Amino acid sequence: MTSGVLNLVLKRLAIALVTLLIVLFAVFFATSMLPGDTASILLGQAATPEAVAGLREAMHLNDPAILRFLLWLVGLLRGDLGTSYANNMPVAALIGGRLLNTMELAGITTLLSVPLALMLGITAAMLRGSVYDRTVTILSIGIISVPEFMVATLAVLLFAVYLRWLPALSSVNEAHSLTDLLRIYAMPVITLTFVISAQMIRMTRAAVIETLSTPYVEMALLKGASRSRMVLRHALPNALGPIVNAVALSLSYLVGGVIIVETIFNYPGIAKLMVDAVATRDLPLIQSCAMIFCLGYLLLITAADIVAIMSNPRLR
Amino acid sequence: MVARVAASRRSFLGHNYNLVGVIAALVILAWTLIAIFAPYIIPHSIGDIVDDDYFGPMRQGLWLGSDYLGRDMLSRVLMGARYTVGISLAAVVIACFSGVVLGMIAAVTGGWLDTCLSRFLDAMNSIPSKLFGLVVVAAVGSSIPVLILTLAVIYTPGAYRFARALAVNINTMDFMTVARVRGESTIYLIGSEILPNIIRPVLADFGLRFVFIVLLLSGLSFLGLGLQPPLADWGALVRENIGGLPFAAPAVIVPSLAIASLTISVNLLIDNLPKKIRDRNA
Repeated sequence: MTSGVLNLVLKRLAIALVTLLIVLFAVFFATSMLPGDTASILLGQAATPEAVAGLREAMHLNDPAILRFLLWLVGLLRGDLGTSYANNMPVAALIGGRLLNTMELAGITTLLSVPLALMLGITAAMLRGSVYDRTVTILSIGIISVPEFMVATLAVLLFAVYLRWLPALSSVNEAHSLTDLLRIYAMPVITLTFVISAQMIRMTRAAVIETLSTPYVEMALLKGASRSRMVLRHALPNALGPIVNAVALSLSYLVGGVIIVETIFNYPGIAKLMVDAVATRDLPLIQSCAMIFCLGYLLLITAADIVAIMSNPRLR
Repeated sequence: MVARVAASRRSFLGHNYNLVGVIAALVILAWTLIAIFAPYIIPHSIGDIVDDDYFGPMRQGLWLGSDYLGRDMLSRVLMGARYTVGISLAAVVIACFSGVVLGMIAAVTGGWLDTCLSRFLDAMNSIPSKLFGLVVVAAVGSSIPVLILTLAVIYTPGAYRFARALAVNINTMDFMTVARVRGESTIYLIGSEILPNIIRPVLADFGLRFVFIVLLLSGLSFLGLGLQPPLADWGALVRENIGGLPFAAPAVIVPSLAIASLTISVNLLIDNLPKKIRDRNA
C-alpha cells in the first residue's frame, strides 16, 4: 500500500521536473523576444558593424535559439547564471544578497501569517454562522478581492500617514538597532501578511468545515462530545492534510505579492531587482530572477500536491 | 487547483444572499454602463488641466478632486472604467472560450492529446501570473492588444483545467456513450452534449476569472507595465497619483475604491448565486 503513495509522489516529482524544463524554456524564449539587437545595444550607436558582428559571435547570438538554450541550461547546472548586460557583473553576485533579503521577508511573513491564519480559519469554522465568522469571512473576501498594491496603500495610509508609527519606505542598509530593523520590515511584512493570510483563512475554514460535515464528526456529536473536543480530536487531525495543502498553496501567492510589495516599499529584494532589470532590458538578469521565482512557486505547489497525496487515507 | 477553486466557492451569509447579490449585481451593471457611455458623460476631457492646484480636494465642479497635474479625477476614473472593464472582459472571454473548448475536446478525445495538452497547460500554470505578465510585457512592449492577449494566455490554463475536470465527469455518462455509438462528431459531442451540462459552473468560473484578470491588469498597470500614458486604467491612475498618498488625496483613493467595488461585487455576486448554479455538480 505504501508503495502506491510512493509511486504517486515520485510521479508528481517527475511531473514537476518536466514542468520546470518547460518553464525554463518559456522563460528563455520570452526573454529572447526582447526587442533590439543585444550586441548593438551593448556597444552603443557608435559601434562599427564589424565590432557588432564580433560581439554577436562571441555571445553566441548567431547560433540557433535551441543551441543557446542548451548552453544556458548547461551554465545553470554549473551554477553560472551569466553576466549582467547592464553593469557587467556576474548575475550570481547581483542576486545573492538580494535573494537573501527576499527570503527574509518571505520567512518573517510566513512565521507571522501561518499561525494567525490557522487560528482565525479554524475558529471561524468552529463558530460557523456567528457574527465572528461573518466578520472574518467578509474581511478575508475583501482582501482577496483587491489588488496587493491597494492593501499596501491602505497600510501606508493607516500606519504611516494617520498613525505615524512606521516609515513608508524601507531600506535594509540603514538598520542600526533592533527597533530600526522592526520599522524597516514592518510595512512590507504587514502588507504581505494581510494578502497571504486572507487566502489561508478562507482555505483553512473551508477544509475544517468540510471535515466537520463528515459522518464521523456527526457521530462524535451524537455521542455527546463537546464542541471543542469534536473539533480538536475528531475533525482537526483529519483536516490536517487539506490545511497543510492550503498553507503551501497560499504561500505560493507570496511570489506575486513580493513583486508588488518590494516595488511599492522600495525593498532591496530580488523582485525589485527584476522589475529594474525589465526597465534596463537586462536579459540574463531577468532570466535568472524569473527562474528563481518559478522555482520557488513550483516547489510550493508541488509540496502542496504531495501533502495532499500523502494525507489521503484512501491511498495509504 | 481543484482545492483552490473549491475553497473559493464556499457560500456564506446563509440565506440572506438575495439582497447582497442584488446590490452586487447593480454595482456591476453601473460600472458596465459607465464603461460603455463614459465618453458622453465625462464633465471634462481627460487631458484638460482644470484645477490650479494639484491633488485638489473634492469640491463642487470637481467632485472627486484633481490629480497630480490638476486634471479632473471624476472624468479620469469614469474613462478608466472603460479600459479596466473593457480589457479585462475581452481577455476573460478569450481565456474562457479557448480554455473551455480545449478542455472539452481533451476530455472527449482523451489519449495523448489530453495528456499533452494537460501537461503543457499545467506547466503554463506553474509560471506565476504576475511574473509572466512582467516578462511578456517587457519583451513585446505594452499596448491594448498585447495586454488582452497576455492576460488571456495567463488565464487559459485555469479555465482549461476547470472545464476539463467537469467535462471528464460528464464524459462517463450513459448518454455520452449513446451519442458516441450513434457516431456523432466531436463538435456535436462537446457542443450539444457536454456544454449544456457544464455551462452554469463555467459561467461562475468566468466571473471569478474576470476578478483575477482585473486584479492582474491593475497590478501590471500599477508597476507601469500596463496601459501607457495618456491612457489610464484604474491601476495606472493609482500609480500616477501615488505621490498624493501622504496627503490622503482623493486622486489616489478613488481609483483604488473603484477597483475594489468592482471586484468585491463580482465575488459577492458569485458567492450569492443560488447553489444550483454555483456548484460544479449541479
